[in-house]
Amino acid sequence: MYAIEVEKLTKIYGKGETAVTAISDASFQVRPGELVAILGPSGSGKTTLLTSIGLINEPTHGKVVIDGTTIANEGWLQGLDLKRIRREKLGFIFQAHNLIPFLTALENVMIALEITQLPKTEAKKRAIELLTLLNLGHRLNNYPSALSGGEAQRVAIARALANRPKVILADEPTAALDTENGKNVMVLLKKLAVDNHSAILVVTHDHRMVEGFDRILEVRDGVIVRKIANGDIS
Amino acid sequence: MNLALRDIRYHRGRFILTSIGLGLLLGVVMSMGGIYRGLFADALATLNATGADIWVVQQDTNGPFAESSRIPEDIKYRIALVPGVVKASPLSFQTIQIERHGKPFRFFLIGYDQQGLGGPPEIIAGRNIRRKHYEMVVAQGMMMELGEKIRLGQHEYTVVGITGKMVSSGGDPSAYVSLADAQDIQFKKDNNLIRNDRERVGKNLAGIQTLSPAQAKFLQQNISALSESTHTVNTVVARLKPGASLQEVQERIGRWNHFRAISEEEQKIILTKGMIEKARQQLGLFRLILLVISAVIISLIIYTSTLDKIRVIATLKLIGSQNRVIIGMILQQSLLMGIIAYGIGYVLISLTYDKFPRRIVLEAFDLQALFVIVIAICAISSFVGIRKALKVEPAEALGG
Repeated sequence: MYAIEVEKLTKIYGKGETAVTAISDASFQVRPGELVAILGPSGSGKTTLLTSIGLINEPTHGKVVIDGTTIANEGWLQGLDLKRIRREKLGFIFQAHNLIPFLTALENVMIALEITQLPKTEAKKRAIELLTLLNLGHRLNNYPSALSGGEAQRVAIARALANRPKVILADEPTAALDTENGKNVMVLLKKLAVDNHSAILVVTHDHRMVEGFDRILEVRDGVIVRKIANGDIS
Repeated sequence: MNLALRDIRYHRGRFILTSIGLGLLLGVVMSMGGIYRGLFADALATLNATGADIWVVQQDTNGPFAESSRIPEDIKYRIALVPGVVKASPLSFQTIQIERHGKPFRFFLIGYDQQGLGGPPEIIAGRNIRRKHYEMVVAQGMMMELGEKIRLGQHEYTVVGITGKMVSSGGDPSAYVSLADAQDIQFKKDNNLIRNDRERVGKNLAGIQTLSPAQAKFLQQNISALSESTHTVNTVVARLKPGASLQEVQERIGRWNHFRAISEEEQKIILTKGMIEKARQQLGLFRLILLVISAVIISLIIYTSTLDKIRVIATLKLIGSQNRVIIGMILQQSLLMGIIAYGIGYVLISLTYDKFPRRIVLEAFDLQALFVIVIAICAISSFVGIRKALKVEPAEALGG
């Protein structure tokens, strides 16, 4: 079973003469444990593709299936609890780490667990485990303002992984980092994809960051123009 | 995890300052309520301390507090004989303003019969008046020391005792002297005026051709005696025997010419509904305006604080947080701010209420009602922020 199945996904903003097609007929699948990049220049529609899969933007046409659950088929399916699906099946990593400034590193990870009704002690235990795994054991009680960019992004990754989601969607996760930290984050994502058996879809415009990815979907003007498999990535 | 408390912990400086500001405002609202109650307490202080059932005043007046009333002192003997009356005492009231230590010094002078009603309700320092003349008991609010002397009219009076928070219906502190002294201070003319009056009356009588010198002299003495008499009082108060009919006593005195018998209840209505009604309405309106201002300020604070957290709210939504988590965060912060501000206001007013120039009466019911109102305002005000928060799209968490 695929973790992500996208079939002829189209997203059109506006109506009539002012309508803009951001994504047109995008189709692809991602397996669990696969690290896939959506590569393209600014304005090519890659973030729209990501948000349409992430239940943030409603697709205009096409079908989206996440971990076996059809979430969109010519628009979102009626009666779906989008928040629950986001909570249980998806993890998000943002361009800016988007940590909650008034929560410590530990609390930022715990909040993602507590909203799933996990008992506090268990949530704390799992958050500490994750942060320690990401070499942040010494930064548990630091606020985001006291963390470096790389550390903050690792906390964001820990938060995205907290609920062991089947799918992790990352929007330019290295944009705010220097090259070295950016590469470290990408290596970490690859490791996590394999270890956690999660499908990770990363939006980036930086060719240098896609080294080691299983596949690359190159997007231009809303269309997937190239699908590059692992062996072909240079 | 309580997000509201975490946010407050992180932004504690801003939260504390905001709460202090709001607390000061609520302190003012509390003091307004206290002044409002204080007006009642002040208005009824003399009435309650006197403990009379009936106040006999000049006919067609609402005296002695709301209107001027002058009646002869000796009517007390006639009132005492009315069936049902156990005690009748004359009282004299006047507001005095003199210079003391270079500043205006205003107080309410009560003249009372030492064996009758209307004297100081308690003596907290010194003693009560024992001599018939030149001694006085003053209220705490006059800030006078035992043994201190003060000149009133033609004589000096010595403070022999201090009583509690006795004030006039206007809020001026009260002082007590013997009835005879009060009458002297209020009615006794100075020697020059007496000499002038006597001369004028004598000349007028001498001008009447039909009067013999003996008749003119006789008339002059009697007219002078009448015009120089100080045996006038503002009211005679009476206490009834247990079981005596108040209405019958009132009707009986009312049948006499020139007098009106006002019951204690009627006097309360005159004092509260008549004399302080406008001030009461003014204060009530002011309190209402302050509460509306508080509501607007709380709404603005909560709304601004929500705007500051748009990205946090969007992130929470994106990671699948339930609406109740976000609503709870805003509502709890709003309520906490209200509770803390109320506490600050309460502490502030509790520490300062006895330093206000006018009496502040803090009643538990008023404070509890204000607490409920503040909580309601906070809850309603937070809806503005909650509405904004619920409209935030998860997509707002994306981008740089």
